Amino acid sequence: MGKTAVEKVFSKKSHTDSYAGDYVVADVDYVMVNDITGPIAVDAFNSIGNAPVRDKIVIIPDHFVPPKDIKSAIQYRKVKDFALNNGIENFFDIGNGGVCHQVMMEKGFAAPGRLIAGADSHTNTYGALSSISVGIGSTEAGVIFATGKMWFKVPETIKININGKLKKGVEGKDVALKVLSITGHDGATYKCMEFSGTAISSLPVNERMTIANMTTEAGAKCSFFDTDDKTIEYLNKRVRGDYEIVKSDADAHYESIINIDADDIEPSVAVPNSPANVKPLSEVRVEIDQAYIGSCTNGRIEDIRKAAEILKGRKINKRVRLMVVPASQEVYNQALREGLIDIIVNAGGYFSGTTCGACLGGYMGVLGPGEVCISSTNRNFIGRMGDKTSKVYLANPSVVAASAILGRIASPEEI
Amino acid sequence: MNDRITGNVWVLGDDIDTDQIIPARYLVTSDEKELAKHFMEYTDPELAGKIKPGDVIIAGKNFGSGSSREHAVLTIKGLGISCVIAESFARIFFRNAINLGMPLIEAKINANSGDKISIDFNDSVILINNKKYTFKKYPDFLKNIINAGGLINYVREYKW
Repeated sequence: MGKTAVEKVFSKKSHTDSYAGDYVVADVDYVMVNDITGPIAVDAFNSIGNAPVRDKIVIIPDHFVPPKDIKSAIQYRKVKDFALNNGIENFFDIGNGGVCHQVMMEKGFAAPGRLIAGADSHTNTYGALSSISVGIGSTEAGVIFATGKMWFKVPETIKININGKLKKGVEGKDVALKVLSITGHDGATYKCMEFSGTAISSLPVNERMTIANMTTEAGAKCSFFDTDDKTIEYLNKRVRGDYEIVKSDADAHYESIINIDADDIEPSVAVPNSPANVKPLSEVRVEIDQAYIGSCTNGRIEDIRKAAEILKGRKINKRVRLMVVPASQEVYNQALREGLIDIIVNAGGYFSGTTCGACLGGYMGVLGPGEVCISSTNRNFIGRMGDKTSKVYLANPSVVAASAILGRIASPEEI
Repeated sequence: MNDRITGNVWVLGDDIDTDQIIPARYLVTSDEKELAKHFMEYTDPELAGKIKPGDVIIAGKNFGSGSSREHAVLTIKGLGISCVIAESFARIFFRNAINLGMPLIEAKINANSGDKISIDFNDSVILINNKKYTFKKYPDFLKNIINAGGLINYVREYKW
């Protein structure tokens, strides 16, 4: 019987002939931790007592850096010291890093056929570059530091075919929300979500990253997109080392197949308190206090360009604080070169250095009681961005920018 | 792991995400006892104070969805919870619990907070309100990790 891409990668990395449902111990190509998940991983690593598998370890502080308080400074210091004391070359401190997933992709760690484990749930994102990348916990990340290996259950695959031409105003985020409206918040738990179809191949790589990123919200273990010319063009500029293109066999077994007509996808909003609670944008008109563009979901240069295009020559509504937070230092630098920061600041927006901060209610944009935020991020759980009575609506970055101008959730067409 | 657990149950709903279990702003420590104070703070601020060591959580589907934060399991361990039963678990929460040697059971149980429960892992039987439920045993691979007391001990024992 043929194999899915994910079955092939787990077979190869575990030196076994494995299929969905099998437990394997696999060689991991890279293991990534951040400043929140890293400290526990360091403790786990220390308790094993092996020498570190240096080349596989990537450390990217991003959640609460620059440190928001003394306790977060101590956590950050712990992963930094671990990196410096153990000669970990792949340590990306602020000024050279960014949101961990963006850094993993733009610094060339993610590539087709690789098995990457990241101690952050949105590690699924690198499926956009045909990696099998899975979110794990901290203790197991520490075990990979020490052994280079980890146990996995080979997942079933759900195939999602999206064919046709996407409507004007529909972005990767809207595709992701459409898929979530079908699967629900747990419909892909333990599974790989494999995307194909003409609408997918016509999407640029950054939009695929947004879709891959949000497979986490369906409970998925990983995502997978086939490698095409656009993938290779992205990789050519940055990839480290060799990689091997992998593809599902024609006779591979899929747990289920979802077919979506591109014409059925509308600009959408996920309303509180679940990313799977999706409504057409045209039905959601809520006044907002904060508009947030950033994160591993939609904080890339293309997202900031879209926002700047809408904000250019306009002013944001007085009731709104607009926060634009690039997903990496590289994105920041590019936005600076292109004059996008000027446009956003002139519109009355706040443009900051890179951090995960506000996305998870950490700092730099925490919501107070009753405040409402339209956000380009991936989660709108109770209290996700601040007080438990605050509310988060999720949408694409163009919608966020338009909403900042009108002071309520709005379509860019209204501008 | 104990073969037999008895305790009071605390019943929670569906889709209890990790931001509810332990809000992100408390992730500035990995101290179990410190984290435990903030368990479910947004949805039921008094709950953490009522839970006693040995108690059992019974939840609906998709327990532990969201973030990879191992702090979610540490918070529950810090409360002294002896087992979490849910209709289904989110993936990373499940891994984290297994890797920290915390027993989870996938089962749909009708119960109210305060009910007494008894769980027998050898026979895979749950007794609650004079009703008997059976549950699936772990695959051997996972059982070995739990029996070792978690992944660290397992890796030492099996010489990875």
